[in-house]
Amino acid sequence: MQRVAIVGIGWYGFRPQTKEVSFREMMFEAAVRAYQDAGGINPREEVDTFISCQEDFWEGISIADEFAPDPIGGAMRPTMTVDGDGLQCLTHAIMHINSGLSDVTVVEAHGKPSDILTLPDIVDFAMDPLYVRKVSPNYHFIAGLDATLFMKEFSATQEDLATVVVKNKENGLKNPRASYASKLSVSDVLEKPYVVYPLTELDIAPYVDGAINIVLASEEVARRYTDTPIWIEGASFATDSANLETATLGKALYLKIAADNAYKMAKIESPSKEIKGAFIDDRYSYKELQHLEALSLTKDPVKALREGQLYPDGDIPTNPLGGHLAEGVPLEASGLALLIDAIEYLRQGKESAIVASWRGVPTFTGAVTVLKR
Amino acid sequence: MSGMKPNIYFNKRVAVVGAGLTLFRRRIWETPQEMSWEAARKALDEAGLELKDIDCVVIGSAPDAFDGIHMKGEYLSHGAGGIRKMVSRVFVGGATGVMTPIAGWYHVASGLCSKVLVVAEEKMSPGRPHPQAVFKYIWDPITEKPLNPNLIWIFAMEMHRYMKAYNIKKEDIALVSVKNKNNAIDNPYAQIPAKITVEDVLKSEVLVWPVQLLDISPVSDGAAAMVLVGEDQARQLTDTPVWIEGVGWTLDSTGWPGRDLAYPRYLEHAARMAYKMAGIERPYKEIDVVEPYDPFDYKELHHLEGLMIAKRGEAPKLLKEGVFDRNGDIPSSPSGGLLGVGNPIAAAGLMKTISIYWQLKGTAGKMQVKKPVHTGVAQAWGDLMQASTVIVMRN
Amino acid sequence: MVTGLKDEDLKKVYTVTYKPNAKYGYSAGQAYSVFLQGLKDGKILGRRCNKCGRVYVPPRMYCEYCFRPTDEWIEVKDEGIVMTAVASFISWTRERLETPEIVGVIRLYPSRDNDFVYPGLFHRICTTYEKVKDMSIIGKKVKAVWKPKEQRVGSINDIECFKEVE
Repeated sequence: MQRVAIVGIGWYGFRPQTKEVSFREMMFEAAVRAYQDAGGINPREEVDTFISCQEDFWEGISIADEFAPDPIGGAMRPTMTVDGDGLQCLTHAIMHINSGLSDVTVVEAHGKPSDILTLPDIVDFAMDPLYVRKVSPNYHFIAGLDATLFMKEFSATQEDLATVVVKNKENGLKNPRASYASKLSVSDVLEKPYVVYPLTELDIAPYVDGAINIVLASEEVARRYTDTPIWIEGASFATDSANLETATLGKALYLKIAADNAYKMAKIESPSKEIKGAFIDDRYSYKELQHLEALSLTKDPVKALREGQLYPDGDIPTNPLGGHLAEGVPLEASGLALLIDAIEYLRQGKESAIVASWRGVPTFTGAVTVLKR
Repeated sequence: MSGMKPNIYFNKRVAVVGAGLTLFRRRIWETPQEMSWEAARKALDEAGLELKDIDCVVIGSAPDAFDGIHMKGEYLSHGAGGIRKMVSRVFVGGATGVMTPIAGWYHVASGLCSKVLVVAEEKMSPGRPHPQAVFKYIWDPITEKPLNPNLIWIFAMEMHRYMKAYNIKKEDIALVSVKNKNNAIDNPYAQIPAKITVEDVLKSEVLVWPVQLLDISPVSDGAAAMVLVGEDQARQLTDTPVWIEGVGWTLDSTGWPGRDLAYPRYLEHAARMAYKMAGIERPYKEIDVVEPYDPFDYKELHHLEGLMIAKRGEAPKLLKEGVFDRNGDIPSSPSGGLLGVGNPIAAAGLMKTISIYWQLKGTAGKMQVKKPVHTGVAQAWGDLMQASTVIVMRN
Repeated sequence: MVTGLKDEDLKKVYTVTYKPNAKYGYSAGQAYSVFLQGLKDGKILGRRCNKCGRVYVPPRMYCEYCFRPTDEWIEVKDEGIVMTAVASFISWTRERLETPEIVGVIRLYPSRDNDFVYPGLFHRICTTYEKVKDMSIIGKKVKAVWKPKEQRVGSINDIECFKEVE
């Protein structure tokens, strides 16, 4: 396995509404910025393969991959779609490069939830049609089940969950992509009514429109495009036993499997010592804590939070740019949103970071990427 | 211009060591998960492996709207064996069935995975009022969907353009349907094998002129699976591995009304990518057996031209001469193709790949072509007349 | 082994029916918003890339070949050549139609006979089944038949169809 470098990033949107552009125009805007960031790379000539991460029912188009190639420079080129989170696409890109297929691969993901008029019904539609769909009027019930068990196993309180919300929304205040950043108190969170116990509406990250484009290159050619490549040392993804009745609740087993594989690839033996920043899915407040444990960054995430270790100046800075609670959830671009945060963090001089995504309810799928400067 | 690296630099040789199919039928009782399970189990059995031996799973499935489940890959992962493993789904419309083994190939060739289970599934029958209705939503939602299109329009428009550009007659095209449905008689998985005549095709119900009922593959449910491993593993598992030696794919632009539909240039591009990797310079001489995508009869001819096995506009002539018969020089769709076996979209493309694998292994039974075969090609097609995927295999 | 069902078997098995509530408000964006306004005004508008000269109809704000923004709006003619035409005897839900619906692709002017790419529209064609069947409509010059101004709403359906011109 050779290392793969990230040589360019670009984004557009990260606002609750982006009515001024179509999803395709949004993809183009992100792509232009990424190619400029990659030293002005020409996608028509210098990119070998293109991968878009998307799902038909998020787009409102059957076979939505029809629309993938043109806005990213991938028409009449090897362009393909992975139905997954952007970080899963990233791992596919690493495989394109390591198989010998490609020297430069582009990964794209976007989300335009403001175009979806019935978003909760679309989430319901992802549930098993025979056993699970419509058992509850509120799709967050699966997160509620998971959160309750997590809180029991780790002795977490609702104050702990609210503290995550307050921390991340405040961290987002210095992040240009964090539309939902704000300065709140723990009681502000606790005073909100429950959406599903134990989660209030502030414990749940809102949706956001955004498009992201990432340029990856093999070790041999990376320096052609940038003097400051970010290296991917390890990457993987995994799905737990996907049916609700057989999946693990309380712990994020999907992320543990993915992380163990990624650490093995990166030859990391003690993650908590070697990782200097965690950019991890927090679309529900408790998920940040649950995911930290699955990533083996701490055995007791609740204690780490209470001791201040998860703040930007702590031992395990977690979502120092605000995570999804501050930026929102741009559907399949979610993992790449966290990745961009991590890259900016590394470009500011930090040494290493981990990025970990989850595809949200009702999935038990997550992806991990380990980065070094 | 960055090009494809020559094949000598490829990291690892990848072999197919097992495959399995379900019956293809208009309606299957079992759920999509159960169908995936059956195909996966059969592929593992042929490979002599258990699920615990598999480290990664690749799923292929076309529109979620057919099975009626959003994020269908997540749902299918359970039946497909993607349990507590690295599993993901790839999607390039109708071309997905061949993209799935291509993705399986790079999972192994990259060194990230050692034994990969590739599973493709489609259950088209649940769609109401008719599975056809799903296809209204594949068009541009602003400039095309308001015209209330159906899928067959796409094929009819392309077929008529092809006929006009190269002066091809409907009776020449109908021969594909006759050949493939007849080939399917020897395929134990086939949904609509039949002995028919050109006359039958020309007399069948007119759906969208020039497309008639017998020009077309049916609505189907079905699943297919394959096991891929690296060279070291392959030698331990079997004496007759079949190697994946070339892969290629290309998506043309979304704006299909703005380009000539007479020739699939994107397929030529995909084929050149795969041939370059496999070291094929003269496809019409070096390819022994081919499974081009044939959801409609003219498509097989269109694709034989895009694959550069026939010159533009000349595939019908070669067909008439018997070149593409099971006993011909370049047998085409010896499985019976989608026209005879059925068309559960992604599963149909993987079925074509499996057909070539069985031909090269010599285990195709009554479907086995007469001539000795060394190099085979499978191909699929999709999206808005814009996507093609090509895989080259050798024994 | 999976089990194939025949029509009569469907009564013997359980079927769970579900109709997804999937509704979207697609952002038309910069290119299509102007295009739709143009249709309302009785014009077909395209975008030109000044680098390769290609005219995009329906319009794009970017050139997919050059990967750069397209440069200017141009009004193309509402007439062109029929590239292909078909006659549909089934509806989108596959019900039988008594009178066939005729649709096809029109290569709009400005463009040339041998162009592989061109400004092109997918639309209805007002012609007869016979002319589709004998392919005589393919290659013929056609012109847009517009809905009356007061009935136009900014939709591809503001054009009734394209009709042969003598």
